[in-house]
Amino acid sequence: MIEFLAALTDPSLPFFRYAVLTGIFASIPFGVIGTYVVVRRISYIAGAISHCILGGVGAGLYLQNALGISWFGPLHGAIVVALLASLILAMVSMHAKQREDSVIGALWSVGMAAGLLFIARTPGYSDPMSYLFGNILLITQTDFYLVLALDVLVIGIIGFFYNTFLAICFDEEYAQLRGIRTHWLYLLLLCLVAMTIVLLVRIVGIVMVIALLTLPAAIAGNFARNILQMMVLSTIFCILFVVLGLGTSYSLDLPSGPVIILFAAAAYLLALLGLKGYHIIAGRH
Amino acid sequence: MTEETAAIEIRDLSFAYDDIQILCNVRLDIWRGDSICIVGPNGGGKTTLIKLILGLLSPDRGTIRIFGRSPEAERQRIGYVPQYAKYDPQFPISVLDVVMMGRLAGTLRNRYSPEDRDRAMAALGQTGLTDLAARPFASISGGQRQRTLIARALASGGDILILDEPTANIDHESEVQFLDLLKGLNERMTILMVTHEVGFASSFFKRIACVNRQVVIHPTSRLTGQLIQEMYGGDLQMIRHDHRCSEEGHRHD
Repeated sequence: MIEFLAALTDPSLPFFRYAVLTGIFASIPFGVIGTYVVVRRISYIAGAISHCILGGVGAGLYLQNALGISWFGPLHGAIVVALLASLILAMVSMHAKQREDSVIGALWSVGMAAGLLFIARTPGYSDPMSYLFGNILLITQTDFYLVLALDVLVIGIIGFFYNTFLAICFDEEYAQLRGIRTHWLYLLLLCLVAMTIVLLVRIVGIVMVIALLTLPAAIAGNFARNILQMMVLSTIFCILFVVLGLGTSYSLDLPSGPVIILFAAAAYLLALLGLKGYHIIAGRH
Repeated sequence: MTEETAAIEIRDLSFAYDDIQILCNVRLDIWRGDSICIVGPNGGGKTTLIKLILGLLSPDRGTIRIFGRSPEAERQRIGYVPQYAKYDPQFPISVLDVVMMGRLAGTLRNRYSPEDRDRAMAALGQTGLTDLAARPFASISGGQRQRTLIARALASGGDILILDEPTANIDHESEVQFLDLLKGLNERMTILMVTHEVGFASSFFKRIACVNRQVVIHPTSRLTGQLIQEMYGGDLQMIRHDHRCSEEGHRHD
């Protein structure tokens, strides 16, 4: 822990401060959007969007390095593809609900396949590993500001649509009867999920982003009385996992993403066991 | 009858899921203040009929008019009570917050006003749930959840109340209370209810609609006593799902 604090204050290690700060501010969209992903039970949809992003990243790298289109990079590619995937998934949910799981599976792997092919054809060496598993220590100042912008976007939109989104997640059919345009708002929600994933993939990577999106919210769900509480609690849990994970990975010289995820998973398991134990003890009285 | 438009008027309605014909040439008039119990075999089209009336599905042929207009235009006048079993038992939400959804309107923001809150509390009072307002929806009993959903429908203040199998999984005592509640509501609302229990139905509803691809209406006065015995072979609680409403069996208008 002392090493961790020393690293935080060390002026020669600015990347570490950015990593910690970005992790803390990224916990807000993780907690807020993760809550919706958990209560609406769309973690597979979030998984598909996340894996599709590799396709966009690959296309961005290819356009930039092979075709020399310098203004279009991996981040732009990721945003375009993630929004496109949300649109497809929202339309499938509207018009062909019974095919939803097949489409999720297809998007999931097609995105990965396209990404790997683009990367293979991109001149120079680009390592897909850092996209797949993330590296928070490569976070730049720009990434940090982008995460701040995402915080403002997520809090602003969710604050405005709180009651409407709650109704859509709890009972979409009833929301529609009350005159809410549920399809458009579901699409908006998926787009927010997509934007959150795009920016947060930098931290824990495409493969593990789902864990950090769902585990804190799933733990919070056991204690929260409403979804606002669930958002606040899961944001706090997320901050805890990111800081603990970063500190530990720094001290033990381990990759940060997996350490963060294992902290989250261990906490989830403890929460489940603790609740089970509590119910058994409470049941005896 | 009167010159008033019907609460619900259905003409030549047909609906199919893919190639499976669910409803065929349905004609149905439901008057203001009517109370109709919808019975029929599973897969006979009861829920489909309700979803068509609510405008959640569109008919392949025919028309549905709610107070003379389309279901989409008038559906805010319908209070809908779905089966409570479809809800995620882990969803973190209070009883009051569920009932508040009855106050949602077509606006984007849907901020609730103090009046919305008063209406929701009044609806909770009507259904005897005032003390449970702050409790998590997941922690209350099945009967209480059902009443919460009725309160949500009442909070929206419509003229028609549609209930989908509200008595499934609730005990007999709650059922009696529930019936009293419906009787009170029927003084100002038109009531449609899907149920499996014909005994329950005949004691309160004015008419019974048998739905099995077609819809046939029976006045409950003719359905009591002798006819129920003939239809169901005794005072049964459950409807036999193998009987046919239309072709043979019992008489109708």
